[in-house]
Amino acid sequence: MSADFLYTIEVILNGLMAGVLYSLVALGFVLIFKASGIFNYAQGVMALFAALTLVGLQEGRVPFAHLINAVFGTKVHHFDWTLPAIAAIIFTILVMVLFAVLVEKLILKHLVNQEPIILFMATIGLAYFMEGFGDLMWGSDVKTLNVGIPQGGSLWFEDFTIGWAAEGEKFYGMYVDLLDVWAAIIAISLVLFLTVFSQYTKSGRALRAVADDHQAALSVGISLRVIWVLVWSISGFVALVAGMMWGAKSGVQFSLSLIALKALPVLMLGGFTSIPGAIVGGLIIGAGEKLFEFFMAPIIGGATENWFAYVLALLFLVFRPQGLFGEKIIERV
Amino acid sequence: MNVDNTKMMDIKNIVLRFGGVVAIQNISFDIFKGEIRAIIGPNGAGKSSMLNVINGFYHPQEGEVWFRGKKRGSMKPYQIAHQGIARTFQNIALFKGMSALDNIMTGRFTHMKKSIFSQIIWAGGASKEEYENREVVEKVIDFLEIQHIRKTPVGALPYGLQKRVELGRALAAQPELLLLDEPMAGMNVEEKEDMSRYILDVNNEFGTTVALIEHDMGVVMDISDRVVVMDYGKKIGDGTPDEVRNNQAVIDAYLGVSEH
Ligand SMILES: Nc1ncnc2c1ncn2[C@@H]1O[C@H](COP(=O)(O)OP(=O)(O)OP(=O)(O)O)[C@@H](O)[C@H]1O
Ligand SMILES: [Mg+2]
Repeated sequence: MSADFLYTIEVILNGLMAGVLYSLVALGFVLIFKASGIFNYAQGVMALFAALTLVGLQEGRVPFAHLINAVFGTKVHHFDWTLPAIAAIIFTILVMVLFAVLVEKLILKHLVNQEPIILFMATIGLAYFMEGFGDLMWGSDVKTLNVGIPQGGSLWFEDFTIGWAAEGEKFYGMYVDLLDVWAAIIAISLVLFLTVFSQYTKSGRALRAVADDHQAALSVGISLRVIWVLVWSISGFVALVAGMMWGAKSGVQFSLSLIALKALPVLMLGGFTSIPGAIVGGLIIGAGEKLFEFFMAPIIGGATENWFAYVLALLFLVFRPQGLFGEKIIERV
Repeated sequence: MNVDNTKMMDIKNIVLRFGGVVAIQNISFDIFKGEIRAIIGPNGAGKSSMLNVINGFYHPQEGEVWFRGKKRGSMKPYQIAHQGIARTFQNIALFKGMSALDNIMTGRFTHMKKSIFSQIIWAGGASKEEYENREVVEKVIDFLEIQHIRKTPVGALPYGLQKRVELGRALAAQPELLLLDEPMAGMNVEEKEDMSRYILDVNNEFGTTVALIEHDMGVVMDISDRVVVMDYGKKIGDGTPDEVRNNQAVIDAYLGVSEH
C-alpha cells in the first residue's frame, strides 16, 4: 500500500474517534428531544458541569471556595482528601441525577404544554446559569482530569501497521491515541447498554412510549414527570461520559461547552429524533472534517475544522431535510 | 356475566365545559361490577368526553366520580391507571415505533414494581419480573390471535389489527374496568364479530367490567347489559337494550340525525 493511502486511513481513523465525542453529545440531545420535544441547548454545558464536578470531587476541591473566602476572609481551597476515580464518578452520577430532579421541579413542571420555543429559551437560560454556577462552584481555571484512562500514542498499533507500506516508502506506522480508542470503546458500550435498557426494561419501554404518545403513555400508568427526570438523568450521564473524555483529552475548561455547537451539525445530519443518526452523524462529521482539513487545508488555508461541519450540514439540509435516518417529511394537505 | 348489582362506578351530576361549549350537562349514571355498559349517542354528544372524565384526562367543573365505593379526589390519568382502569382510544393511540409485543408489554406497566436500579443492573428481580410479565402478555397475544404480528411495528399494521393491539395493551393491564372508545369503528362485519367476541369473552372469563362507546346499534344491542344514551351533552335514556330501543326521546334523537 502506498504511504499516502495509509496516511488517509490514519486521518479517517482519528476523525472517527474524534467523532465519537460529537456523537455522545448529540446522543444526549436526541434522548431529551425524543422524549419531550425539548431542544436542550444546555447539553454541552451539562458535559462541562459534569466534568468540573468530577475533577472537583476527585481532587477534593472545596466547592464555592472563592465565595467562602471572599465572605469569611478564609483561604480554603482543598479538603485534605482525594477520591479514587470510581468513587468520584459515582458521586458525579448522583449529582447529575439530582440536577435532573431539580430541572424537572424548578423548570419543566412549570412549562408543560408551552410552545417548543419557550422551552428552548428556558434551556438557554439554564445553560448560562449552569456555566456561571459551575464557575462559582469550582473556579474557572483549566483543570486536568485524570481518571486513569491510558493516554498517548499506541506503540503497538504503530508497530502493527509499520509494515503495511510498500517497500521503500517513508512510513513509520499509524498513530492512534489510546485515549481515543478508550473513548470509542466506552461510547460503544454506553450505546449498547442504552439499547438493551430501552428494549428490555419497563422504564426503557416507558421512555419509548412517552417519546411516541403522551396520552397513551399516561393511560397505561406512566407518569410523565418521572420520565422527564429519568431522561434528564440519562442525558446527564451521557454528558458525564462525554465531559470525562473531552476533559481527559484537552483539560476541563469552559470552552468545553462549545462542543455543544458541534453537535448541532451532527443533529442536522442525523436527524433530531434518531439515535443511530446521532451516532453515525457524529462519526461522519468527525471523519469528514479531518479528511477535509487533510486534503484541502494546504490549498485553501487552515482552520477548516471551524466551519466544515456546518457547511456539510447545510448541504445536507437542502437535500435531505429530515436527516439521514429521519422519516420522510410529507406535507399534509 | 356475573352482574351482581354492586356499583363499580358511580357518576354523579357531572358538568364539563370547554369555554362556552358544555360537553356534559349534569349527567349521572352507574356501572355495575361485571357488566358491559354501553354509552351511545350521535356525534358530538359528549361520549368520549365522559370516558375522558372517567380516566382523568378531563376534570369536570362539577360532579363526583365514585369508584369502588369511594369518592375519587382529583387524580392524574396515570394514577387512575394504577387503580385498575385501562382504556383504548377513538383515534388509535398506539406507540407507533414499537412492535405489537412491546406495545402490549407497556400495558403491564402498573404491575411491574422493581426499582430503576434493579432494572439497570438487570438483577435483583428485574429480569424475573420481565419474564413473568412477558408470559402474561403472550397469553393476551394468544387470546387475541395476533401471534403472527408480534414483532411487527404497529405503524405498519392495517387499521383493524391496530385496534386489536390497542385492545391487547389495555387487556394486559388486567384492569377491573375497561373503557373502550369505539372499538369497532371502521371495521368490516367480520372484524366486528371478532371484536364483539373478544369483548364478551373478556367479560365472561375474567369478569372484567366494560364501558364502551359504539355507534353500531346491532352490536350494542347484542353485547351490552345496559345502555346510557347521550345527546348534546344530556342523558336522554338509560336502561336495558330493550328499554332504550323503545324510548321515545332516544328514537327522536336518532331520527334527527340523518346518518344514523
Ligand atoms: N378538548 C376539548 N376541547 C374543546 N372542546 C372539546 C374537547 N373535547 C371535546 N370537546 C367538545 O365537546 C363536545 C363533545 O365531544 P365528544 O368528543 O365527547 O363527543 P362524542 O360523543 O365522543 O362524539 P363522536 O361520536 O364524534 O366521537 C363536542 O362539542 C366537542 O367539540
Ligand atoms: Mg367520541
